[in-house]
Amino acid sequence: MLNNTSGEHQQYLRQLRRQGFLIRVVQVLLLAGFFLFWELAASKGWINAFIFSQPTKVWAALVRLAGEGDLWKHLSWTVSETVLGFTAGTLLGIILAVVLWWSKFFSRVLDPYIVILNSVPKVALGPIFVVWLGTTITAVIAMSVSISVIVAIMMMHTGFQEVDPNQIKLVRTFGATKSQVLRKVVIPASVPTMIAALKVNVGLSLVGTIVGEFLASKAGLGYLIVYGGQVFNMSLVMASILLLSAVSVILYYGVTFLEEKATGGRE
Amino acid sequence: MAKVELIDVSLNYQTLGGEIAAIENVNLRIEDLEFVSIVGQSGCGKSTLLSLISGLIKPSRGQVLVDGIKVSGTAKKVGYMLQQDYLFEWRTILDNALLGLEIRGEKTAQSVQEVKEMLRTYGLGGFEHHYPPQLSGGMRQRVALIRTLATHPDVLLLDEPFSALDYQNRLSVGEEVVKILKEQKKTVIMVTHDIPEAVSMANRVVVMTPRPGTIKSVHEIEMCDQGLSPLQTREEPQFREYFTAIWKELNAGAE
Repeated sequence: MLNNTSGEHQQYLRQLRRQGFLIRVVQVLLLAGFFLFWELAASKGWINAFIFSQPTKVWAALVRLAGEGDLWKHLSWTVSETVLGFTAGTLLGIILAVVLWWSKFFSRVLDPYIVILNSVPKVALGPIFVVWLGTTITAVIAMSVSISVIVAIMMMHTGFQEVDPNQIKLVRTFGATKSQVLRKVVIPASVPTMIAALKVNVGLSLVGTIVGEFLASKAGLGYLIVYGGQVFNMSLVMASILLLSAVSVILYYGVTFLEEKATGGRE
Repeated sequence: MAKVELIDVSLNYQTLGGEIAAIENVNLRIEDLEFVSIVGQSGCGKSTLLSLISGLIKPSRGQVLVDGIKVSGTAKKVGYMLQQDYLFEWRTILDNALLGLEIRGEKTAQSVQEVKEMLRTYGLGGFEHHYPPQLSGGMRQRVALIRTLATHPDVLLLDEPFSALDYQNRLSVGEEVVKILKEQKKTVIMVTHDIPEAVSMANRVVVMTPRPGTIKSVHEIEMCDQGLSPLQTREEPQFREYFTAIWKELNAGAE
């Protein structure tokens, strides 16, 4: 039996809690120390506040953005472009991985092309999208999709192939058709792979969106960063980067939340 | 008419290096309600034989008949139990047990009720909505058996069905499974490399030679008409004689 009332156990729990608390404190101190030192260095003139900016100015820039109502516009552009790119990239990836799983022949034919497409830096395709699609949201999403889709295909296809052949044999003994094998075994068995792919893709899509916005946008955090750089408003650049960090964390935890929803029933 | 009949069945595997004869000229008649064990060393094609009977693979030569009809594609009258339970961890126990019916498009209110009934009968009543990792090895094996029985096969193929269990469980689960199969009046073909298991459960034991697999001999187990359970059969004096005879034959093939 588990005994969770003994003094020794209580002490063990206390120790765990204390350590967890200590880790949090040091984490917060590290961040606070960084900003404090930055502020101090800029105000004492150790670093050039014009090119390094400083936390108080970054904060002021954030407040100004929020006051003008631009903050939400730029944030929502970036978030919605990323979510669209990420959803489209992942769905397309899954669909193409199903096609590759379905036809071994097709998969072997396409194999070298996928390897090449995977190793080409997709960012290099940016100007092409701008020429083809104009400086529109479509070009930004295309950029985002192109970065995430190949990885999604490769991860999902590998996941499909790693499904236990005996689980497939089992449904075949009941006379399952190929589409039943896919629906009853391969897809549900690959849910963990799908979630892993989502986690990777949310980061990649954000990269694609920001690069897309650098090249072809009049709004979004990527646009703000480029604009701030061009007019030497480093506070705006730093503020945008802080916002970008917040967006990436929120998106990542969004996927983690989905993961818990998807597997919550079982664990 | 035999329930299952194999006539001059041979099977070759094709590989880049050449052709491998897995099974050669196997002739076997299995009557209705028989329990036949097939023993042989690893790689003698025992499991291949089951795949042939189930229709998962086609023989290179010869014919496989179930109820006198040539098997083509997976036969509906044949249920196949694999070496492990392979319960899907993303499905509840009930949904796992319904898998076969679902695939065959036979999942109806009535058949679901029947499966629930079977789960209750075999001690899994409270576990319908649990997930496989929450069950013991023996319980999982019973779910796998119910999943197979749910599609009402006449013939059951068991491919070393207890090999994944530890020894203690193996005996008790074996005992239960045989009881269930007798109650449900099934013809059973079981592959194993465990001689005592084969002798204790079957009314005939077929010994196969190493590759290419052929039938070396067939032993009628006469104790089985007395209505003994596998564990009781192990207590019988003749048990040792059958064991020794089959063991010698298998061993002779190894040299």
